[in-house]
Amino acid sequence: MAGLFSGFMVDTWFEASVVAVVAGTVGFFVMLRGATFAAHAIPQGAFTGAAGAALVGANSLVGVGTFSLLGVVAIARWGRRGRHDVVIALCLVTLLGVGSLFLSMSSQYAEQTFSLLFGEPLAVSSGDLVPTVLLGAVCIAVVVVLYRRLVLSSLAPELAAVQGIRPERVELWFLLSVGAATTLALPIVGALLVFSLMIGPPAAARFLTNRPAGAIAASGALALATVWASIVASFFSNWPIGFFVGSFAVVWYVFGRELVTWRQRRLRNGQRGMARRSGPSAVGLAR
Amino acid sequence: MSLLHVIFAPGLFSSPSVQAAMTVGGVVALVCAPVGVFTVMRGQSFAGHAFSDISATGGSAAFLLGISPLLGFALMGLAGAGAMEALGAGRHRGRDLVTGIVLGAGLGISALLLYLSTTVHTTTGAAVTVLFGSIFAVSSASWPTVIAFGAAALSLVAVVYRPLLLSSISPDLAAAQGTRASLVGAAYMGALALSVALSALTIGAILSTALLIGPAAAALRLAKTPGRATAWAGAIALGSVWAGIVLAYDSYGWPPVHQGWPVSFFVVTLVLICYLLAQLPAWRGR
Repeated sequence: MAGLFSGFMVDTWFEASVVAVVAGTVGFFVMLRGATFAAHAIPQGAFTGAAGAALVGANSLVGVGTFSLLGVVAIARWGRRGRHDVVIALCLVTLLGVGSLFLSMSSQYAEQTFSLLFGEPLAVSSGDLVPTVLLGAVCIAVVVVLYRRLVLSSLAPELAAVQGIRPERVELWFLLSVGAATTLALPIVGALLVFSLMIGPPAAARFLTNRPAGAIAASGALALATVWASIVASFFSNWPIGFFVGSFAVVWYVFGRELVTWRQRRLRNGQRGMARRSGPSAVGLAR
Repeated sequence: MSLLHVIFAPGLFSSPSVQAAMTVGGVVALVCAPVGVFTVMRGQSFAGHAFSDISATGGSAAFLLGISPLLGFALMGLAGAGAMEALGAGRHRGRDLVTGIVLGAGLGISALLLYLSTTVHTTTGAAVTVLFGSIFAVSSASWPTVIAFGAAALSLVAVVYRPLLLSSISPDLAAAQGTRASLVGAAYMGALALSVALSALTIGAILSTALLIGPAAAALRLAKTPGRATAWAGAIALGSVWAGIVLAYDSYGWPPVHQGWPVSFFVVTLVLICYLLAQLPAWRGR
């Protein structure tokens, strides 16, 4: 237990918490806009950046940032024309193809590759703290400034167009914030599981409340819980953190679904009970 | 003659591992073509990609247990298809979210299995092998399985061809004609899982999307009917895989490590070039 909060783990806890809040917040819009595939493709493609950085000996944060930016620009640029999902898939495999080339050139880093793919919470160094906090703050700021435009263009595109909101610009900024969140989260959670942190908590939060602000708060809280529990579990079991993050996403989602089903059933039973007591008029009121 | 030798390095066609790779790659390319065309038409690239990542879980399990990777890819792919159907990925609304949740679970388990296999086996390169693949490692003993899975995927598509086509183009019309969308969808998901497993064997689990989506997307630009699109997709996939194998064989002396560049890299690049070339007429026309 003592080792869990010792010197170098403090950095991990702090940085992981920043990552969770950012991922939970951005993730809400990922879910709202149905951008799961993009949120999956950007981190997975950005893995190439980490592999490339390892090859040339650069900072992996720079590599991941560069390649997620590349992915974001490509998806935003070509995604408008042609089929969105096809463009995302092709951007992703192109990046990964280059990644496989990088890996083949530096095959001695098998262990490092594994932690890039599946996460390594202890990989945090105190030198990364400042860029992490800055990038996280920028990410949150973008979402806050664009809040109304993001919600409106996701839920009512026609209304957004009437108000003069340019969807492609909103999309680009949104994808950029996904890219920034990716850059933060990739070293800790791993390239393959970043998107799980972005969709699991918001998917459950959507079931808990209907108001966007409330859902964002709930999503951030659930993401924090996911990351904290995953770090503890990974610390004690020595299993990769990605496994726990992926599993918690499923748990939250199923929990939220069951909660809604249970609530609806209770509501229906309640209505039936009222109808039995006082006739049809009460049903009308209840509805 | 010397130019021919530059392109087709000496000993290329007599090498048994190249012959095996060419055969397996050819079968896989032809199976991926029709399934890929439907995947692009139905807008289910994400599901296709999710299967490829989930099949990585199967690959990891196979590595841990020491069974054939293809069996692992296919079984886990089918399990993933079942999970998505159970959670309601068949409905259009929220489809991507459910796909993503299942995918995340699969990748998480894959992380665990690969970690466990590093503790059981002494090798650490399992993650790279499973995820990025190596067609030269395919043993000739797996040919019967490859052909059986390929035939199963193709016959699934053939059996539901007409209702699948209708429900891909116009779900409402298909429903009006009494097509059972869920049954057709389930058959298609099964075929998708099988062909992704085959493709994962060829170019690695997380890259298998390239062979599924790329040729089909290019083909749908070039051809107007599904039949012709399938033919184009088959030709592009076959060309990319074979040319990729030849290039990978050639690259053996290339810098910087002189161990050959990965086949997957060449196949993905060639597929992308074909897709971009197929876009050209449309760009010029604007």
